[in-house]
Amino acid sequence: MTTTTTDQLAIEVRDLTRIFGRFTAVDHISFDVRRGEVFGFLGANGAGKTTAIRMLTGLLAPSSGSARVAGHDVYTESEAIKSDIGYMSQRFSLYEDLTVRENINLYGGIYDLSDSEIRTRAHRMLDRLGLEHAAGELVGSIPLGWKQKLAFSVALLHEPQIVFLDEPTSGVDPITRRQFWELIYNAAQSGTTVLVTTHYMDEAEYCDRISIMVAGRIAAMGTPAGLKEESGVESIDELFVRLARPDGAAARGGAES
Amino acid sequence: MKALRGLLRKEMYHILRDRRTLVVILMLPVVQVVLFGYSIRTDVRDVRLAIVDPVPDHATLELRNRFTAAGVFEIVAVVPRTDDLDPLFQRGEVQQAIVFEPGFADKLLSGEAAGLLLISDATEPNTGSARQMYARAVLDAYERDLAAGGQSMAVRIVPQVRMRFNPTQESSNLFVPGLMAMVLTIISALMTALSITREKETGTMEALLVSPLRPVQIIVGKVAPYLVIGFISVLLVLLEARLIFHVPIEGSVSLLLFEGLLFILVSLALGILISARTSSQRVAMMAALVGTMLPNQLLSGFVFPIESLPRVLQLVSNIVPARWFVAIARGIMLKGVGLTYLWRETLILAAMAFILLALSARSFHVRLE
Repeated sequence: MTTTTTDQLAIEVRDLTRIFGRFTAVDHISFDVRRGEVFGFLGANGAGKTTAIRMLTGLLAPSSGSARVAGHDVYTESEAIKSDIGYMSQRFSLYEDLTVRENINLYGGIYDLSDSEIRTRAHRMLDRLGLEHAAGELVGSIPLGWKQKLAFSVALLHEPQIVFLDEPTSGVDPITRRQFWELIYNAAQSGTTVLVTTHYMDEAEYCDRISIMVAGRIAAMGTPAGLKEESGVESIDELFVRLARPDGAAARGGAES
Repeated sequence: MKALRGLLRKEMYHILRDRRTLVVILMLPVVQVVLFGYSIRTDVRDVRLAIVDPVPDHATLELRNRFTAAGVFEIVAVVPRTDDLDPLFQRGEVQQAIVFEPGFADKLLSGEAAGLLLISDATEPNTGSARQMYARAVLDAYERDLAAGGQSMAVRIVPQVRMRFNPTQESSNLFVPGLMAMVLTIISALMTALSITREKETGTMEALLVSPLRPVQIIVGKVAPYLVIGFISVLLVLLEARLIFHVPIEGSVSLLLFEGLLFILVSLALGILISARTSSQRVAMMAALVGTMLPNQLLSGFVFPIESLPRVLQLVSNIVPARWFVAIARGIMLKGVGLTYLWRETLILAAMAFILLALSARSFHVRLE
């Protein structure tokens, strides 16, 4: 175990819990994310990934437990958290009936950037994405892969310390997914902490560390290589199936469809 | 402030780029004024009149002339016997008939009561009785003229009905205030609810909620443009009503606009409340229709007079914002009264605006939790 001091931690979660009525969506999860780390949040649909992210981004109040994001407490300092984080949901978060540039201006304004900051950052971003020519086009008219990359870049426009990505690559083709992950690496290299949820197990291999959520709990956590070695599996996919279905081995033997 | 400006600009883009919706919201009230103005009329006009005059004399001929000259009646048939009227009524060729008894003029001169039968098609009871009223007016005038001319006759006292505030009985004068309430409900409640739930559906609302924007900024950014459009719409409706149907505005125009603004606020708050409790545009639309449009139309006195509603619905109508707005608008436009008379209704509307805005801000906040 690496020893880390608190100020090296971007996210610190202890026993975080969220209960909806009688259903416990997130059940006492605890984990830390170091600054500049790409942390993968894996789990089947409904395992509680999105609920956990919503609590960390201030969209949802936790039922119990504690969490600090970018050094701010989620209960008492949720407003301070908001300007330090970026967020991109699984649903596309740009306005389709606004042009690329109008979307950038809008979010720049919302995060209180000055006009000149917005101009230079927009220029840099569009240049990097190769979207300069499309600046005046409606977002609704550009291909999905580009929209996805654009949404990610817009989430990074205000240079947040941490960016939360909730299934950012669902529904895009493998090549675009690959390019998307390059963007994630670039962001991490420049010091941004990335917390990304996915249910593509191959993407888990790209993360520095991962946690696998099953029914609201963290069933496994560590580096992809470490986890595979620990449990003697070939791939994260295999580990995931074993964790998600405790009777997995038996089921495979019983040729259950 | 900069963020809010950006939000407002973005909302204007949404509205301006969705041309079809914009045209619909702006044209709807304009078209409705024309539709209501021309098609839904309770005024009496072009009444098809039949005359049964077995023995025409100078008095009956004089009365027939007077009916023609009244401008409201058109004599389409003159028949000798009452029985001849049946087929005319059945075919709808005639809406009203006047039956003179034989020797009408002689009886008038001798001071006997001259008999006259007034028959109306009452398939539409209201219009039927209105036609009766018009016919009675013609007869009354004739009687008065005879009396003034020194003719000896039995002077009958006929109860006189005067139509105050709407002397010409123009139905457009009555429906314009109600129509304004309906238009404002559509634009304020429905459009706001739709535009907020649309952002929930597309996921952009989440992006706004995780940003440092405060809930109040998000709400203001969403509703301010619709406040403006609602206001423009009211101006359009008033202008149109004034120019085409010569609907009077007896009282203060600025007071009317202020009350309109108050009603828009109430409707906007309802729209926000609806959107806070729904997550799809379809549900929001149904909720807005059932929750605001129907009561505003049916329980506001716009279509049915509140006095003629069943007791229970009369009580319910007290919580319908449009009821108070319609009362205020009619007061200002038709009676020319000011706050001295309308302070109670204004206060109720203001209280509703305050409570609903507070509730909607709260419900919006709860969504964040």
